[in-house]
Amino acid sequence: MNDSDASWRPSANIDILRRRAALLTRIREFFAARNVLEVETPSLSRYTVTAPHLESFTALAPIPAGHDNLAAERFLQTSPEYAMKRLLVAGSGDIYQICRAFRAGEAGRLHNPEFTLLEWYRVEMSYRQLMHEVADLVLALLDDRGLDETPEFLSYRNAFVKFTELNPLQASVQELASCGARHGIVTASVVDARDTWLDLLMTHVIEPKLPRDRLVFIYDFPASQAALAELCKDAPQLAARFELYVNGVELANGFQELRDAAQQRRRFEIDQEYRREHDLSEVAVDEQLLAALQYGLPLVSGVALGIDRLVMLAAGKKSIAEVMAFSDERC
Amino acid sequence: MASYSTNEFRGGLKVMLDGDPCAIIENEFVKPGKGQAFNRVKIRNLITGRVIERTFKSGESIEAADVLDTEMQYLYTDGDQWHFMHPETFEQVGADEKAIGDAAKWLKEQDMCTVTLWNNAPISVVPPNHVVLKVTETDPGVRGDTSGGGGKPATLETGAVVRVPLFIDEGDLLKIDTRSGEYVSRAKD
Repeated sequence: MNDSDASWRPSANIDILRRRAALLTRIREFFAARNVLEVETPSLSRYTVTAPHLESFTALAPIPAGHDNLAAERFLQTSPEYAMKRLLVAGSGDIYQICRAFRAGEAGRLHNPEFTLLEWYRVEMSYRQLMHEVADLVLALLDDRGLDETPEFLSYRNAFVKFTELNPLQASVQELASCGARHGIVTASVVDARDTWLDLLMTHVIEPKLPRDRLVFIYDFPASQAALAELCKDAPQLAARFELYVNGVELANGFQELRDAAQQRRRFEIDQEYRREHDLSEVAVDEQLLAALQYGLPLVSGVALGIDRLVMLAAGKKSIAEVMAFSDERC
Repeated sequence: MASYSTNEFRGGLKVMLDGDPCAIIENEFVKPGKGQAFNRVKIRNLITGRVIERTFKSGESIEAADVLDTEMQYLYTDGDQWHFMHPETFEQVGADEKAIGDAAKWLKEQDMCTVTLWNNAPISVVPPNHVVLKVTETDPGVRGDTSGGGGKPATLETGAVVRVPLFIDEGDLLKIDTRSGEYVSRAKD
């Protein structure tokens, strides 16, 4: 909005905010009926994620004179994942949280630097079972959008084979790049990273072709994009990770959680190395999470779902600003 | 040279791409799953008029185009060039057919236009939103018909043809919206 006189106004109209509140109520009822415990974890933490493509906001407390040994720096959390895993290790059982998450530099039609996440964890559930629970919740919440009740489950590999005719696990960077060129992708600078080409083909070529009349789960991502997911037992080139697309919009991302502390540390260190090579800010490894994993995380699957995008889809809007009280331009 | 980072991208921003000045039409921030963020941008080449799509990694920069929108007065055309003058400096520039584009059919001498200059040469011309032009040719007016229904074509002094109500006569002055090319009202002398 350029109209500075109106910039005090909410970005969403009040009717949409009522609808948003009603959706949150239904989400809480859904989890109450399934005996999943609502928890709250801190927004401010001494640690943050090493993931190379996530930038955290830093919060600085004023330091009283003579107390310069106090660590005043905190990070606004990019997701509640680490704290929730520590609860799981401590024996919480099934938990969910609805909270604000913060990601610097993310702003657009489907992004806002501060946004609302629903994140939940199910003990003794596989990621495949969790996909079905995600479908149950989302279909119940979007019950007036005319969606087919049967979700489509498409492996990452098959999604590529179907829409790009490439095998994403075997294609060379060169093959991925020429496939991108055939589909009209022109990058401003040379892209030589395999995963970046996979992402470009996913966002530019595959996403627009996904069915719109039903939920679409993409699952079994390449191990190079495992993030915090376990690798598949019988296929270590794949990660037990899924994403949910609704109407071409990426709505949720879930994992069967990695439980091996040593492997988790190695992944953090690979992130740190990438950050050093690419002149990104240095991020310390979260030792509290690793200590918890060392203690022992139960078999658990977890998923994060964007509430703003969900409300946007429920209300038939085009941008998340239209369903937020005040989007970034107005605060 | 000034430059813009992707987080400054917005519609209307003038940038240099492949050696030509361009205007950003649409900027979409795209961030797949856990991956690299992109800005997917639609850009109009201001020289050729072509619209292209380009994908930037978020955080990349692009050179700013030294493009200036100037209010100038239209003077005359010699057939090859349309000549404009800056009302204060009296500096004159000539725009060729490519730069003038569709604006040509609305230009009347002395009207103020927005002339986009790149390296001091005009690359595009936007006529005033409303112009007053005389009807040079149309079927005779039907008196008493003010319903505006149906209408008929009328040729204006600049050669433009617009749809007008039946009661309009040759010699009438009409107010035209140049953005839609539609008749707005009759204008008094």
